[in-house]
Amino acid sequence: MFKYIVKRILLAILILLGVSLIIYTLVRLMPTDYVDGKFQSQVSQGTITVEQLQEIKALYGLSDNSFWGIIKGYFQWLGNLCRGRLGTSFKYRQPVAQVISQNMWTSFLIAFVAIIFEFLIAIPLGVTAATHQYGTRDYVVTVLTMIGISLPSFFFAAMLIKIFAVDLGWFPIQGMADASNTGGGGLTYFFDNIYHLILPIVTLVVINIGSLMRYTRTNTLEVLNADYIRTARAKGLKESKVIYKHAFRNTMIPLVTLLAGILPTLFSGAMIVEQVFSLPGIGNLAYQAMMEGDIPFVMGYNMFLAVLSVLGTLLSDIMYVVVDPRVKLA
Amino acid sequence: MNEEEKFDSQNSLEPNTSVESGLDKAQTALLVEDRAADLVATDTVPTEESVPLDANAKTLSPGMLVLKRFFRSKLSIVGLTMIILLFLFSFLGPVIFNNWGEIQRDESGKEEIVTSVITVTNPDGTESEVVQVTVTQLKINSLAPPSLKHWLGTDKEGQDVFTRCMYGGRISLLISLIVVFLETILGVILGGLAGYFGKWVDQVIMRIVDIFSCVPTFPLLLLAGSLIDSLGVDGSMRIYYLMAILTLLGWAGTARIVRGQILYLREQEYMTAAEAMGLGTWRKIFRHLIPNVMPQLIVSMTLGLGSTILYEASLSYLNLGVKAPYAAWGTMINIITTDVSVLQNNVWVWAPPGILIILAVLAFNFIGDGLRDALDPRMKR
Repeated sequence: MFKYIVKRILLAILILLGVSLIIYTLVRLMPTDYVDGKFQSQVSQGTITVEQLQEIKALYGLSDNSFWGIIKGYFQWLGNLCRGRLGTSFKYRQPVAQVISQNMWTSFLIAFVAIIFEFLIAIPLGVTAATHQYGTRDYVVTVLTMIGISLPSFFFAAMLIKIFAVDLGWFPIQGMADASNTGGGGLTYFFDNIYHLILPIVTLVVINIGSLMRYTRTNTLEVLNADYIRTARAKGLKESKVIYKHAFRNTMIPLVTLLAGILPTLFSGAMIVEQVFSLPGIGNLAYQAMMEGDIPFVMGYNMFLAVLSVLGTLLSDIMYVVVDPRVKLA
Repeated sequence: MNEEEKFDSQNSLEPNTSVESGLDKAQTALLVEDRAADLVATDTVPTEESVPLDANAKTLSPGMLVLKRFFRSKLSIVGLTMIILLFLFSFLGPVIFNNWGEIQRDESGKEEIVTSVITVTNPDGTESEVVQVTVTQLKINSLAPPSLKHWLGTDKEGQDVFTRCMYGGRISLLISLIVVFLETILGVILGGLAGYFGKWVDQVIMRIVDIFSCVPTFPLLLLAGSLIDSLGVDGSMRIYYLMAILTLLGWAGTARIVRGQILYLREQEYMTAAEAMGLGTWRKIFRHLIPNVMPQLIVSMTLGLGSTILYEASLSYLNLGVKAPYAAWGTMINIITTDVSVLQNNVWVWAPPGILIILAVLAFNFIGDGLRDALDPRMKR
């Protein structure tokens, strides 16, 4: 086990190095005057001085554009990255790590509530679809799954806003809290937040539930075809006992590993949904930063995402071994 | 013949049979591609009265079996019909309904009437309300609601939404077709090499695949989109850059599928036979291995078409993909990010392209799902 984990961590480091190389290359492909152009207005307004801008650029090795300058810039950035220094965001004028750690919790909250609902709805539906394979229920679930997978998040969110916020007026259109609510804390503020988050969470649930339902269905089908299920039936057990006692537990194995893999990525933020509902989550911040050429933030955010997804795969692989005693490590 | 001899002769026969089965497999896969040809063949067969037994047997060739199973599912038929209609709509539509062009504005003008109530104080001290009506003459007929002249109304620039939906379909469908095609080529070559040669080739290629599958795809697409912006690429050239980026970030999945399959197939007996026959590496990979990967590949390609449309639409929606004045379905929805009043009051501007996106992705998913069931030999229904 220990050896396996060490091996996996070494591999993860290699992957992260590759990702960092890709991100850095993309950023360096931008023309040199790009950052200057993006910050022209800020410079002319006097919120940021030309010297400051040059200083920041030098810090990221963005000022030297010769071949060796780029190489040097990469290692400089990588060195800072390893020491946990993601630099200072141009746009938010705060250390990138701080911006990320402050705002990722909003995203996490939304995504976490959404994932709970997804599992609660998808698992029963997926199991029924599998036990009634090719029946009406299966067809209904399959079609729902397909529609969920096919919905573009921005369009679905816009439809929800139009119908439930604009026409019916049941929910607020955008934001995390009412303008009148200054965030003094307390229960009213909390409930106001929840009220504002209902539509975004519904969007996330509908968009993501499809693949989960299908995953549950496939797994259940696989389990139901296994020999031990036939044995259970041959013993004369009741069908409900066969399914909920013998099959269901084995269906849960891949789902638990999937959940372990998803957990870290809940911090990454749903960029489009947050943008449509203008929520102050990490995804929306990253989108705004990207639009304004905030290179330190964009690079930091992308590395953050890569770390999360590597962590996710690692966790789910380890969980796989922990949950299922039949799996032997290679 | 004593026991030993018998055993020997049986053994020597074995490679021969496995060669045949190997070729059979390859042909099976190729037949899937040749669906159209198969259809024609069966149409002619039943018309002849004295059909020999062989011909009857041929109607159930593996390719036909797949087709039969594919068309048995209602969802696949729905998907196929939807996709054909969408292609006709996008590619033939603008030829038939050519009243308006893709970027042509309706300059017939429009009167904008704004009424407001103003309270005026009369000389004698009482107050009375006056309704003020302001009529502004606009040069272009923008945000007109659906009518006979504009079936789906016009957008903010005064362009016909119905026409732009058709042109948008051209761009969105073409981009996804080309991207998936390129991804598949790249994936097949790299996955094939990794699976066939194994050892360090496999190690190197698969580590690259690992990296590309851990890359945060959507944020990197955004980054690439703003990179194209900063390079000042011309609007019509932009689409090609987009395709290149989507391909580069998307081939890893295909490569993984191909490699996994080839690792399995490489150990099959018919490959030993191919080896024994002294076939070249190239021929072994592309004539004997790749055709057997085709079933999985076709399924992943169809599903890939749907997800590529979604990626492209999301990018265009954030104004980082195809840009106005060119129409793509996502681009047409982009207006709601900048103008909340369009989101609230002018549904006809952004709902039709959104519905078209859903239909297209749904159709590809239905077809992909149907193909997956039809091509899976373990499925017996």
